[in-house]
Order: sequence, then C-alpha cells, then structure tokens
Amino acid sequence: MSQLQARDLTRSYGRTPALRGVTLDVDEGEIVAVTGPSGCGKSTLLHCLAGILRPDAGEVIWRGERLDTQPEAARSRLRRTEFGVLFQFGQLVAELTAAENVALPLLLAGTGRRAARETALSWLERFGVAELADVRPGEMSGGQQQRCATARSLVTGPRVLFADEPTGALDTLTGEQVLTTLVRLAREQRTSVVLVTHEPRIAAYADREVTLRDGAVEHSGLELNVPSTGGAR
Amino acid sequence: MNSGRVSTPHVLLGLLATGDKHGYELKRAHDERLPQARPLAFGQVYATLSRMQRDGLVTVAGQERDGGPDRTTYALTGEGRAALDRWLNDVEPPYPYVTSTLLAKMAVALLVADVDRVRACLAAQRQAHTARLRELTVLKHAPSATLDDVVAADFAIAHLDADLKWLATTLSRVADWHREVRHEPAPGP
Repeated sequence: MSQLQARDLTRSYGRTPALRGVTLDVDEGEIVAVTGPSGCGKSTLLHCLAGILRPDAGEVIWRGERLDTQPEAARSRLRRTEFGVLFQFGQLVAELTAAENVALPLLLAGTGRRAARETALSWLERFGVAELADVRPGEMSGGQQQRCATARSLVTGPRVLFADEPTGALDTLTGEQVLTTLVRLAREQRTSVVLVTHEPRIAAYADREVTLRDGAVEHSGLELNVPSTGGAR
Repeated sequence: MNSGRVSTPHVLLGLLATGDKHGYELKRAHDERLPQARPLAFGQVYATLSRMQRDGLVTVAGQERDGGPDRTTYALTGEGRAALDRWLNDVEPPYPYVTSTLLAKMAVALLVADVDRVRACLAAQRQAHTARLRELTVLKHAPSATLDDVVAADFAIAHLDADLKWLATTLSRVADWHREVRHEPAPGP
C-alpha cells in the first residue's frame, strides 16, 4: 500500500525553482531510488517528503494524512518516531561513542538507558562494527562512521528511511557493503527507503527508479523483479 | 552486429543520408566522424558499397572521370533509408563491449536525426542498460554466486555504470545544445 505520497510538489529557493510539480508514491516496504543530475531536485524532494522542508504548493500525504501542513513540532516528532534520515556524511555526534550515537534516537524516543545500549550494540553488530562500540567518530574511518550512522538511522525501526547519497563518500566496495546491509535490514523490518543517488549502480539496488530532471519526473518505473522471498542481499 | 565492432555499412548509410558521396568522400567523412575508430581502408569502402548496392541499399547516382580515376557517386535508396532507421531504432544489447557501436550510433544519430529522436535513442538505450545493470546486481547477490560470478558481474556493472553516466551526460548535453540553438539568432548573411 502506498503510505507516503507526494502530490504535485512545487518548491523554489528564491526565484530558482527546485521542484516543478513532482508526484511520487512510496509503498510500504518499497525501496525507491531517486536519481538525476546535480541540481535536479532530488534532495529537495527528499526533504519535502521527510517533512524537513515545506513545499510551496502540492501535498505530502503520510498514511492518509497531510504531513506538510502539520506544525514543526508534529513533523519533528514524526521524524523521531516513524522516519529515519541518513546523509552522505554520517553526522555522528563527535563527543559520543558509536554505541551512544546509535542509542541516541532510542533515548529520545523514551527507551531506558540499558535497553537502548543493548539494542544499539546489536545494531552495531549487524553492521559489522561491534568492536567500535566505545570508540568515538574521530578515531574511525569514513566507512566505519557511515556504518554507525546507518545503524543509527535504522535502530528505531522506522517506517521510512530517507537516505541522501548514503554511499557517496565511500569507495565502491565499502559503499556496496553498507548499502547491501542497509537494504537487507530495511527489507527484514519492512522499512520503506527513499534512496537519493546519482550513481546508477547504487540505484540498481532499489525496487524502482524515479529520474528527475529540472525539478520534474523524467522517468518513473523500471520495476525490478526481485524474487519476493529473497530480496537483495 | 552485436560483436561490439562498429557496423561499417550502417555508418556509411548514415553518411550517405546527408548527401550523395563517392568512395573517397565516404572514407574521409567516416574517419572524421569517428576519430577514435580505425581509419577505413579504401578496399573496405568499395567492397561494402558494392555489397550494399547488390542488396539495394545504395544506388549509383553518377559517374565522373576528369582525367583521374573513375569516380562513382552513391546515393541512399528508400530501402537504405529504412535499413538505417531500423538500425537507429534497434537498441544495442547492453554488453560491456558494445560501447563503440553505441558511440557510433549516437554520432550518426546526432548527424541525421532531430533532437527529439536523438533523445529518444538515448533514453531507450539508458533503459536497456539500466535493466541489465539491475539483472547483474541481483545475480551478483544471489546466494549461489561464486567469487568468479561476482568478479565478472563487477566488471560488467562497472562498464554499464560508466555507460549510463555517459548516456545521462549526453542527454543533458543534447538538451543544453538544443536550448542554445533555439535561442540563438539565425546566422547573418
């Protein structure tokens, strides 16, 4: 079922249009890649869908209700509880260890300290960085930081993960490892993913690819026939 | 035609679509249009032309002899035009080694086709490449995939990824070029 919908979204920065009537549906558990050249509106679309930015016109509908018209407090709550956000560079809190970083969204959502740490450790393990639990970001490689950031973005079991060039700063192999783990775990917990990328090889992991050009959808579709039992590993 | 080598007959058809030419002009136009390709040998030009004439794709438009060697001018026939159109419309199977055919086709498309046609060619090709890239990505992550499979898939994926970036860039370039051309005033006398 379509749980997140964009209807005819328009957004400008000053006089520069970034989105010019974009319509997009994201189904439950679906992984949608948003591709296109720099400046085509990919990130603006992602920020509108995640309730970070408000569109100038059009609607964002989350599970049947308008998202874009809700006050910032409500949108911010939604981002803490239902959404996960992941960017190109990890944005880990420099003063916190890996385990503390990953536990942070759980603590903000009201989980107890001990339970939050245990869950955080299990997620670090899933991303193969359990040994970094008590290490701070400054002592990690870029790939290690991004594994921790990805674990943190999924730790609350969000319904939607918004990932903006999540492998953009990583080498091919590290990027592939982070992405395949992300995709596998998202599929396991039926998290939808909106994956913004300009890399065709990264977009190929999605169920569907939507290409933007000059703020409009140029191409939508290209269903990937992933075996329904398996999924990408 | 899927071997990854440039299809000389179709390139010649494309060159003749811009006007009648004799063998030497065709050779020169070919080498200019495809500077990265191996220069065409005269023998190959004439052998190809005579096969194409036999098949009804080209016809002799005239013969002149001003002191020098015999110069036969060739013209595209309706059938030749149709063969060229079929070739331009056919999507190249996205194997890693077809890059040169792909490039030759786009070069010819830019030469003979209007901008919408070129963009349609590029978009269709991008779709075929994307579909193949996705197939390989699934294959590569199949539980049964061996290291050899993964390494081979990586190779093909890297080439397809590069081709796809090139196709996207070319689509943007053609769009920019078209915009520029439309907004430019007509050249003066």
